[in-house]
Amino acid sequence: MTSEHQTLALILFSLFIAVTLGITTWVSRRRHGSTEEFYAGGRLFSPMENGFAIAGDYMSAASFLGVSGLISLFGYDGLLYLIGFLVAWLMVLFLVAELVRNCGRFTLADVVAARMSERPVRIAAGSSSVVVSVLYLVAQMVGAGSLVGLLLSDTGPAARTLTVVGVGALMVVYVAFGGMRATTWIQIVKAVLLIGGAIALTVLVLVRFHGNLDQLLASAAQRSGYGARFLSPGLKYGGGWTSRVDFMSLGLALVLGTAGLPHILSRFYTVPTARAARRSAVWAIGLIGGFYLMTIVLGLGAAALVGPDAVRASSASGNTAVPLLAGFLGGGADSTGGAVLFALVAAIAFATILAVVAGITLASSASVAHDLYASLRRRRARQRSEVAVARVAAVGIGAVAIALGLLAQDMNVAFLVGLAFAVAASANLPVLLYSLFWRGFTTRGAVWSVYGGLVPALLLVVLSPVVSGSPGSLFPGLDFQYFPLQNPGIVSIPLGFLAGWLGTVTSAEEPDERKYAQTEVRSLTGAGAV
Amino acid sequence: MDKREGREAGTVRLNDPWYDALATGWGEGAEAFPPRRPPADRGDDLRASDIYLEVQRSAAFQEVRGRYRRFVVPATAGFLLWYVAYVVAATTAPGLMARPVVGSVNVALLAGLGQFLSTFLLTWAYSRHARLRRDGAALDLRWTVFERERGQERGRGGRGEGR
Repeated sequence: MTSEHQTLALILFSLFIAVTLGITTWVSRRRHGSTEEFYAGGRLFSPMENGFAIAGDYMSAASFLGVSGLISLFGYDGLLYLIGFLVAWLMVLFLVAELVRNCGRFTLADVVAARMSERPVRIAAGSSSVVVSVLYLVAQMVGAGSLVGLLLSDTGPAARTLTVVGVGALMVVYVAFGGMRATTWIQIVKAVLLIGGAIALTVLVLVRFHGNLDQLLASAAQRSGYGARFLSPGLKYGGGWTSRVDFMSLGLALVLGTAGLPHILSRFYTVPTARAARRSAVWAIGLIGGFYLMTIVLGLGAAALVGPDAVRASSASGNTAVPLLAGFLGGGADSTGGAVLFALVAAIAFATILAVVAGITLASSASVAHDLYASLRRRRARQRSEVAVARVAAVGIGAVAIALGLLAQDMNVAFLVGLAFAVAASANLPVLLYSLFWRGFTTRGAVWSVYGGLVPALLLVVLSPVVSGSPGSLFPGLDFQYFPLQNPGIVSIPLGFLAGWLGTVTSAEEPDERKYAQTEVRSLTGAGAV
Repeated sequence: MDKREGREAGTVRLNDPWYDALATGWGEGAEAFPPRRPPADRGDDLRASDIYLEVQRSAAFQEVRGRYRRFVVPATAGFLLWYVAYVVAATTAPGLMARPVVGSVNVALLAGLGQFLSTFLLTWAYSRHARLRRDGAALDLRWTVFERERGQERGRGGRGEGR
């Protein structure tokens, strides 16, 4: 990459950072320090604004860079990811969005604790939310490090470390000073930039093929070197049965995990009513689906125009396919148009990571302050101090994410994201669905279902080939690999549901019919919702 | 609409163990002192959740819940089954998925686009169903609960002032 590219990219990065810091200061001008404002932005966003913010929260660099890169290298198998990510939203729309908005205040634990003995349930749901968020955060930090390393062609460890630390520090500033309102506006700005960039590139690709999609498919398949096999599944996940089952496990985790992601759930509290929550989910599905359709075109375009060899030469996992495509569409890497487009796409990708990181940090600081701290402290503290705790928690989580992000620099980003989805689907989804729909669910069932999903999911990862026993693992020298799959979902998700059922049928506690009535009526009518 | 639901809810309330206490609260304040009840905090809690229990048992709520479940249960089962079938087919039957249909388009691409299409369609159908068949009734119920809670508070407040 030339230095002209780098300067331009750096200017655009700085511009985005300046704009978002401006938003943060502007938003925090008139703050009152209430929990309502810090966690939920005052609940006054419109469905469209929240829909853009949800889309911004969800479309991480993993989909913009990672999946389009996978499509450009492996064709159809990259598409499988996108479909899991998208179909998951039906789960959110049907079973979660409105009901959670009606029953809860700020976090997932609010919904469960309304029916149960509060302390143990809050501690369980709060810890699993923090674990999911930290896993997701580490993935984004690693992504930011490798992205900037690749784009600035300065792959030295110092630049990466500096980037990870810088991203962490920035997000702490956003969250601690701006709370949910600033975070939401940053998501909206980012979503508009990302979708705008994707539309521009898609139009350029389609213009180049005169709008003929069949020709785009044919030339992508031809240039890939795989021929027709490029357009059908099996290139990446088609090996032995282990890799096939592994992919099914990932697919299950993706489709069930979204409804358990704390930073997605907390977005539904920023709108005034359940109806607004539903409409924001519909906006989000439209935006995310449209974006994914464009991602397919971009991936195929990169395969057809840039070619897999050039993509692979720049980044073995394909993460730079879209920036390379942008450079090509602008008129080649050495032209001004190419440089401008390349830098623009790089800056958008960077903005994407920053915004997603801020959203997750906010959600996990809410879990720490609202669930864990509120259950573990002795005396009843005033409201203002809970926000202070949340600010401190944001700093603490930032520090943990920076440290882990530095440690995990060489891990695969897509794997870490898949793992976060698997833990969310195993630990958070069963307890949420049981609380909303099962009359006989008890406190013990709730606690068991959280730990019964969380512990196996984490344990199976420790015993998987990702951590030990193969050349590509975290500790290649050791071998305590007893579980063949990389993604634990196919085992740990059923275990989470099973543990919740087992805990409930073995507990002596009578289910509280009044509290269930309250949860059911509130969830479906919005009575008593805040 | 409101009248009808009020009457329905009224008949339901006959089952309510706190009916008498509530009725004096609603009424013209025949008693100077509130009747004895369980310790204050627990009592308030119980009475609040009694309203929810009544509403849960009312025909209007059962209708809303039935409409929600009759849409969501089959739709969720349907899309999950369709998604699992798609993932299983993609991983175990690559031969079937690779069969060409038109030009470069094969079964796998059509199935993938079908997933997109079914997601969009179900989203549209759900939001239409909720808007037309559920929102109005749910809002009415929300008002019922709200007014009942306010009535309860007014009853308590009225007694407190010794009217």
